[in-house]
Amino acid sequence: MSALQEIVDTQPIETTPKKYMALGNYASIVVVILLCVAPLIAKNFVIFQMTMVLIYAIAVLALNILTGGSGQFSLGQSAFYALGAYTSAILMEVGGVNYALTLPIAGGICFIAGYLFGLPALRLSGIYLALATFALATAMPQLLKLHYFEAWTGGVQGLVITKPDAPFGLPLSQDMWLYYFVLVVSMAIYVASVNLLKSRSGRAMMAIRDNEIAASAMGVDVALYKTLAFGVSAGITGVAGGLGAIAVQFVAPDSYTIQLAIALFLGMVVGGVGWLPGSIVGAAFIVFVPNIAEHFSKGLSGAVFGLILVLIIFLLPHGSRQIAYTVQGWVHKLRK
Amino acid sequence: MPTLRSRALVFSAAVAVSLAAFNGAAFAQKKYDTGASDTEIKIGNIMPYSGPASAYGTIGKTEEAYFRMVNEKGGINGRKINFITYDDAYSPPKAVEQVRKLVESDEVLAVFNPLGTPSNTAIQKYLNAKKVPQLFVATGATKWNDPKNFPWTIGWQPSYQSEAQIYAKFLLKEKPDAKIGILYQNDDFGKDYLKGTKDGLGAKAASMIVAEESYEISAPTIDTNIVKLKSANPDVVLIYTTPKFGAQTIKKIAELSWKPMIIITNVSASVGSVMQPAGFDNAQGVLSANYAKDGTDAQWDKDPKFKNWHAFVEKYMPGSNKTDSNMVYGYGAAQTLHKVLEMCGDDLTRANLMKQAASLKDFEPDTLLPGVKINTSANDFAPISQLQMMRFKGDKWELFGDIISGDVKVD
Repeated sequence: MSALQEIVDTQPIETTPKKYMALGNYASIVVVILLCVAPLIAKNFVIFQMTMVLIYAIAVLALNILTGGSGQFSLGQSAFYALGAYTSAILMEVGGVNYALTLPIAGGICFIAGYLFGLPALRLSGIYLALATFALATAMPQLLKLHYFEAWTGGVQGLVITKPDAPFGLPLSQDMWLYYFVLVVSMAIYVASVNLLKSRSGRAMMAIRDNEIAASAMGVDVALYKTLAFGVSAGITGVAGGLGAIAVQFVAPDSYTIQLAIALFLGMVVGGVGWLPGSIVGAAFIVFVPNIAEHFSKGLSGAVFGLILVLIIFLLPHGSRQIAYTVQGWVHKLRK
Repeated sequence: MPTLRSRALVFSAAVAVSLAAFNGAAFAQKKYDTGASDTEIKIGNIMPYSGPASAYGTIGKTEEAYFRMVNEKGGINGRKINFITYDDAYSPPKAVEQVRKLVESDEVLAVFNPLGTPSNTAIQKYLNAKKVPQLFVATGATKWNDPKNFPWTIGWQPSYQSEAQIYAKFLLKEKPDAKIGILYQNDDFGKDYLKGTKDGLGAKAASMIVAEESYEISAPTIDTNIVKLKSANPDVVLIYTTPKFGAQTIKKIAELSWKPMIIITNVSASVGSVMQPAGFDNAQGVLSANYAKDGTDAQWDKDPKFKNWHAFVEKYMPGSNKTDSNMVYGYGAAQTLHKVLEMCGDDLTRANLMKQAASLKDFEPDTLLPGVKINTSANDFAPISQLQMMRFKGDKWELFGDIISGDVKVD
């Protein structure tokens, strides 16, 4: 891509400069170091929780590409997550495939599923699209229970998966190995996603988000990029689903209800729509805040969770992005 | 001076030795694993306090209240019970997270009465690998009675399949020419009943069952399913549903002026939450089977054992609704654990806990029907396997016939 083209291409989307999508270099290094060191001092079950945070972060990031990137809503991410999880689980338990190899397959299958779902979704926008994807999320657990598939899916009983050991005789516990494995996968996906959104395709998606008519007038193939966004988002969600299945060691239809789709949506809003680093904050929110809410009251845990959520939306309408920018402002002032 | 000093040394050494010997003797009697000490026994639990199955949360609250009562009365063998219960929202991934927290962070001795088939399946492998007892799981699936493959998991309530077999036995005896219609929930719960019925009917299943109709738990109403069932014209209807749908079914059948013989699962046999909403007139003659007393059934008000339950609810759970059968359930399960911990004495190791849980002989919690006894052994990890048939008459259930055992062998 020539320098001239670069300038021409970036002009129409000045409302969303690149830095909005990713963290600065220093901040990124600090976060990566923290993520690498944390498990060395944490208990195994905390490592497991952090693994789950990373996995949900991948799924939230996928939704962020779809909603923050191309402006399409989805309440059906749990369906792709389930598809990915079952793909990995079935390949591992029935097919005897290595767990790491199941992930690209899960991602590929989900990419195709998402792309195909994106085709009819082209006719829908805004809340109508949200409803259509909602239908997908509600249908998924029942489809998994269908007795035609029971030989593979285990029906309502689900499938139990064996947790992988660390390879090459590394002196790591299963939990710690899985954490670093997930960390590497999630960093790769994060870097790829940031680059995707910075690329020509990413800019096309954002142009569609900002103004569909203007984008198509400028020659962006709206249908292609919208379905592509769906496919990429579903594919990444599928990888997250596969990792989730390996970490939890169990898949069952009840793991992937509409609750999960809503949780991922919440994670995106709390993290900051369109701000990819926020995904991990959003994921931490959906893993830890229900535990905090429960700490206050068992009977009213749902209500306390709701209250915390309302407070966050009220005080931080832009989610964690708002905090990050405030902190960044302070840092700049201090430097001066 | 040196002699004096050495004497003092000898003396203190002698004291030290005798102290050590004394301590040694004491330690020989008392054995502890993680989660147990001279003063405390830590018991973990997970329950759906939020989410679609949150109605079952009452079980956890009842158990918490039960152990509060035990502690106020001095604990078990002088040790207080520290009952730690977490919310899993009926989600298997959350169940794994919370159980790992219980085992690795709170360091409980055992996980007791975790609820739900999916959640229990998700944690079973982990707990068995860690050799942490998964005691008295709150699900009626048949698979928990599998001591060979899962020696750290034990069930509690009668399995759905064994209950369904009892209905099948009853029908083969009382109505061998029955044309059976089955309404079941399309999940593990409903399908277990379906399997149990077919197994119980054996070779006659194909000819006797004329219609099978399933519904999803998310359905708002099942009126159409019942109309469809009626079109096959069965004269016996088996209702394998959760309470809300049980009430709907009994009511709808009456509205259609249809009078088949009705058998309803004991999951939906509550007087307060099924029979009353369905209408007592509509529910006359409905059959079911049970193993526990019904908190809303007036015939148990004078029962000396069940009075304990009433007193417990009034004192430790004031203001709660006695029609909620989950409080009867939670009390019974907690009392079983109470008994097992008593039997453990001062040997509070996980292995001994499991051994004692598998050595219950004719134990009768306050809340079980007279004659229903809990028996376990090294090969029998299904504590309750007896039920009694009952018929709804007036505003209560009347028990009839013998106590029937419905043991199901796991293959």
